[in-house]
Amino acid sequence: MKPRLVIVGASYAGLQLAASARGSGHDGDIVLIGDEPHAPYQRPPLSKGFLTGSFAEERLPLRSPAFYGEMQIQWMPSTRALRIDRERKEIELHDGARLAYDHLALTTGARVRKLDCKGASHDAVHYLRDLRDARRLVERTQTARRAVVVGGGYIGLEAAASLRQKGIDVTVVETEARVLARVASPSISVIMQRAHTRHGVSLALGRKVVAIHDVADGVAVELDDGARLSCDLVVVGIGVLPNTELAAGCGLDVAGGIVVDACARTSDPSIVAAGDCAAFVPYWAPAGSAACRIESVQNANDMARTAAASVLGRSEPYRAVPWFWSDQYDLKLQMAGVNTGFTDFAVRGSIDEGKFSLFYFRDDRLVAVDSINRPQDHMLARKLLSTGTRLSVEDVNDPGFDLKAFANRDAGVAHGAAS
Amino acid sequence: MPIVTYILRDGKRTEIEVPAGTSVMEAAIHNNVRGIEAECGGCLSCATCHVYIDPSSTAELSAPDDAEEELLEGVAAERRPESRLSCQLVVASTMSGLVVRIPEKQG
Repeated sequence: MKPRLVIVGASYAGLQLAASARGSGHDGDIVLIGDEPHAPYQRPPLSKGFLTGSFAEERLPLRSPAFYGEMQIQWMPSTRALRIDRERKEIELHDGARLAYDHLALTTGARVRKLDCKGASHDAVHYLRDLRDARRLVERTQTARRAVVVGGGYIGLEAAASLRQKGIDVTVVETEARVLARVASPSISVIMQRAHTRHGVSLALGRKVVAIHDVADGVAVELDDGARLSCDLVVVGIGVLPNTELAAGCGLDVAGGIVVDACARTSDPSIVAAGDCAAFVPYWAPAGSAACRIESVQNANDMARTAAASVLGRSEPYRAVPWFWSDQYDLKLQMAGVNTGFTDFAVRGSIDEGKFSLFYFRDDRLVAVDSINRPQDHMLARKLLSTGTRLSVEDVNDPGFDLKAFANRDAGVAHGAAS
Repeated sequence: MPIVTYILRDGKRTEIEVPAGTSVMEAAIHNNVRGIEAECGGCLSCATCHVYIDPSSTAELSAPDDAEEELLEGVAAERRPESRLSCQLVVASTMSGLVVRIPEKQG
């Protein structure tokens, strides 16, 4: 019998894992289980073009229907896995059917963290994670005039920008003193705040939502300072929780995510995990660091490639440079690397003209680069970070410094992950 | 409908009818043309939809804009004068004779 790979979760990580396993020579069954009725689709446009109306739904699928046939990937829509029987190597589905596996991959993703306050279940309150959420939100924006966005993270800010582009009044409420507090440097926060203010968004920073009251023409969002913001739409983007129940239910190690090693292997040698649901100690973190999860398309894809290699019995540790993007108004923010604990930084380009990059250093090593409307810097930064090239603050500060020539000295060295 | 010819890594050619307004990248994804990854979905963030305009191509194309030019710095295969990002090649109703070649790697 050829080994069967069962993948639970059909978004970026699950699809990439299936494609990579098949592409690398897995010749047994590949079954891809998804709880949504739609074939795997792009999520980043949901808070951007799909919300503004510039990105039509038929453009969302990640692969064509023919792809699944040609790659012999058996996609099972609207299917939920209820539990894993590791002893018998079977999973139980929502309809009671049991599916045997030789290799199991958990790419179960994450779900939105729900707002926890009085009135939070009001019909005007929306979340933005999957296509169903996005469709419901788009419907609501047809008539909405005033919105309160709860959470100044990427989803909240992208939603705010899209709603502004539709002419809706927007107030963003953020508990921290700055937007993107958990995920970007203070400089980037300031720049994004300025952009939103310039586009007419009101920011309520350091404020918490305490209640949502039903009023005649919508809701009033009550803040902890007593302010009441009347609106007819609330969009909540306060983070996600990893879907770890299946893993925990069968006794796999779970600690803020499904714990995996550098090769995306869980504590069971037959089970891998990848994407938003998986927690790992990143290669860039100091030894002894806690495991963490990374919520991004890049991480889902690259970890899935590593996991697919493990399924095939190959050891290809996850070494990709993390990267991320966010488009808001005319700002294209692109981030490469991880700037946690940076001790110094330098700027290239012009902040006034809105085209610049911030280079972050920790102990004299380049650790991350954030670019705004400087895609070339972003691409070169990914190259530099993957090759570990030494670059100094002085280099970046030198007006005559040629980053492109510098990065291309190492041309030919593989960067990113192989496709 | 305009036809775009893709030359695959193994040298095979495949012709796809592409509706006007669709990018060469999206047409490849929708028609299961292998070798175009398009990790960012076409928002100029990843450079994994790189193609070469084949010498046999007769289509008139506008030059890459600054952002595309900049991202082309990050392509995984060799950057050549005929390199383009297929997400930025939007097919026009009058376009004909476009032939693109898939490079040997994207990531």
